Amino acid sequence: MAAYFKNLKEIPEEEYFIHGHRACAGCTEPIAVRLVLKAIGKDCIVVSPTGCLEVFSTPYPYTSWAVPWCHVAFENAGAVASGVEAALKVYKRKGKLPDKKVHVVVFAGDGGTIDIGLQSLSGALERGHDMLYVCLDNEAYMNTGIQRSGSTPYGAWTTTSAVGKVIPGKIQWKKDGAKIAAAHDIPYVATASVAYPLDLMNKARKGAEIDGPAYIQVLCPCVPGWRIRSEHSIKVARLAVQTGIYPLYEIENGSLTVTVKVPQRKNVEEYLRLQGRFGHLTEDMIKKIQSRVDMEAEKLGLGPRK
Amino acid sequence: MGMECAAAAALAAKLAMVDVIAAYPITPQTHIAETLSEYVANGELDAEYINAESEHSAISACIGAAATGARVFTATCGQGLALMHELLPIAAGWRLPIVMVNTNRSLSPNLNIWGDQSDSMASRDCGWIQFFAENAQELFDLVIMAFRIAEDERVQLPVMVNAKGFYCTHVIEPLIILDQEEVEKFLPPKKIQKYALNPNNPTTWGCVAFPDVQTEIRKQWDDALRNSIKVIREVFKEYGSLFGRNYDIIETYRMEDAEVGLLLMGYACGTCRVAVDTLREEGEKVGMIKLRVFRPFPFDDLAAASKNLKAIGVFDEAISVGGVGGPLFGEVRSALYSLERRPKVLGFIQGIGGRDIKVDDFIRAYYEIKSVLSGEKRIENDFMFLQVRE
Amino acid sequence: MNEFKRTPKPRVSELPIAAIIPEPGNSKYYFTGDWRSVRPVINKDKCTGCSLCWVYCPDTAIIKVEGGKYDVDLNYCKGCGICAEECPVKAITMVEEGED
Repeated sequence: MAAYFKNLKEIPEEEYFIHGHRACAGCTEPIAVRLVLKAIGKDCIVVSPTGCLEVFSTPYPYTSWAVPWCHVAFENAGAVASGVEAALKVYKRKGKLPDKKVHVVVFAGDGGTIDIGLQSLSGALERGHDMLYVCLDNEAYMNTGIQRSGSTPYGAWTTTSAVGKVIPGKIQWKKDGAKIAAAHDIPYVATASVAYPLDLMNKARKGAEIDGPAYIQVLCPCVPGWRIRSEHSIKVARLAVQTGIYPLYEIENGSLTVTVKVPQRKNVEEYLRLQGRFGHLTEDMIKKIQSRVDMEAEKLGLGPRK
Repeated sequence: MGMECAAAAALAAKLAMVDVIAAYPITPQTHIAETLSEYVANGELDAEYINAESEHSAISACIGAAATGARVFTATCGQGLALMHELLPIAAGWRLPIVMVNTNRSLSPNLNIWGDQSDSMASRDCGWIQFFAENAQELFDLVIMAFRIAEDERVQLPVMVNAKGFYCTHVIEPLIILDQEEVEKFLPPKKIQKYALNPNNPTTWGCVAFPDVQTEIRKQWDDALRNSIKVIREVFKEYGSLFGRNYDIIETYRMEDAEVGLLLMGYACGTCRVAVDTLREEGEKVGMIKLRVFRPFPFDDLAAASKNLKAIGVFDEAISVGGVGGPLFGEVRSALYSLERRPKVLGFIQGIGGRDIKVDDFIRAYYEIKSVLSGEKRIENDFMFLQVRE
Repeated sequence: MNEFKRTPKPRVSELPIAAIIPEPGNSKYYFTGDWRSVRPVINKDKCTGCSLCWVYCPDTAIIKVEGGKYDVDLNYCKGCGICAEECPVKAITMVEEGED
């Protein structure tokens, strides 16, 4: 795994995502965006669909973006980015723009990526546009008030997978965005977590430099949505990896490598009990989650549980 | 020489040297998308051709490309235009000079691939400039002019050129085309706009606007669309002086001493002229008022054409279901309301789902108008379906 | 640094075309510091300059100061506490606003 950034001191100082935005205290989306933009640099054009990021970063007349950025609608980030990429391509060919690489980057939420945005993502990946698509996965439609998405994990409380006497939260398992992206045979797919900043930045840089579509899904814990303490958002993002719930890997031209090894996995309970959205889980449900994680972890070659 | 209407539209886009095409096929627009694909594959047109996976994505890609500064073209109709609906106001509100050919197709239900105006009427408030072409020649000319108008600094708005599905897509008609040199004389190369998405000048497009600013944003856009009529007139005039085909915003036929005007847009105008001639031979004082520009709504030109008329019959190929009648009828009536001497305005719905519009239909409608004028008859709500079997 | 909290109410003629925001990063004029009820205090003696607090701050409210150490930009700090939680040497404590 190419290490563009080997330690924290190598992280560039220039800021492209400027403070003064209206994200919740402890929100991890700005952390992900800030680090990815540092990894890529100023020569990019960013597209975002509707979501938390778009709303908290651009309340008229303020913008936190120090790179060109646009927001069109909710379900079409992949398509808008395709258009931007095509315009850049043809203009470079016609000599109307200098022959310098300008990265097309999408920052989208899980809703705008694998639910309502799935079609346009799929089209963009199939057509092979040169872009980096970063899904900021906070596991629900957070911006509209914590409604469940396909990316919401099994058992989680959300306002539309309510916990009651009859139904205990979301009963479906999480839709795997990375695997869906990988099924399009694109050159680069990766998962990342805000708790592993160098891993995230190296993957972002790699995905941007690769010719063709790259997809990175970043776990971004949400303070109000997951019902966690604001100071725990990074800790929870770390536990997700250390329990094997959110394994960090990359798939390059079809072959998968785990980039953050977990020699001894923690029990999922350590991760779940920090989050109010899992506060209602029964023993049975926790067992189900654990055995599913055990199964996936074995396939990936993650370590055994303590 | 004869050319299929759709091919003429594609040729116009090629001559305009578009940079990016993003389209999704839908009958009867398909031949436009296919011809353009051939041009690009053969290297005759140096453009990026995005095979969008839906019309929604097609217009989204157009928006992304235009925001980055490219000259963009697309085509659609019917259900496709309906699927784009969410984004049409965004394309216009963002002041992007996208040119689209809409091959007017009936909206479902039921599935009907033939030409009527229900699709563009359902999107009339989306803030685009809208033209209606009568035939292959107009379609070709209007598409070329559309780029020039759209990209004018004083306009910067997308343009929809409507052409009746099948009649004005699959029919082969004679037309005079321009060559590349002539088009380049008229249409300057695309300038990348000042605020285009570019790392050298980072701008933010599509922020969140609160109640305290949305009104001003709308008004700015509405002003721009209204004021574009001056530029449209200018460009029509210049095209006429360069190439000999003079287009007006409203074209009148035998209206000099008319007492009744038959008002409509698009392909059916050809049939209407024959009806006018037939009626004139019978001594009736009738003429045709053809709207070429539907948006921005040509208030002044319409008022001028309606002077001294006793009645206007407005022919719609769509119905505003449960509303005031045909959409064009409702708008014309409203626009003429403040005239000191208002003509009687009556609406007629015909051509729904591509049903053939005959000379006889216009003649029947004319005699309906006459009986209303003479007091013999009343039409409920002043509009009626001309061709329905009840 | 300018403090510019009141959102201006532009006239139609003052709006940039298509309500584009032409100045990049102008959110820096909006101080989010008054959101917080607790604030971090960094003990410079304990601070090793590892920069983790700077990396993790969602509001870029940690700034590098002399000696390779870090301090808080109180104009933007929302008091989330991530820096205090993640500091490997526990050099940061969260204190209630109003206390010293």
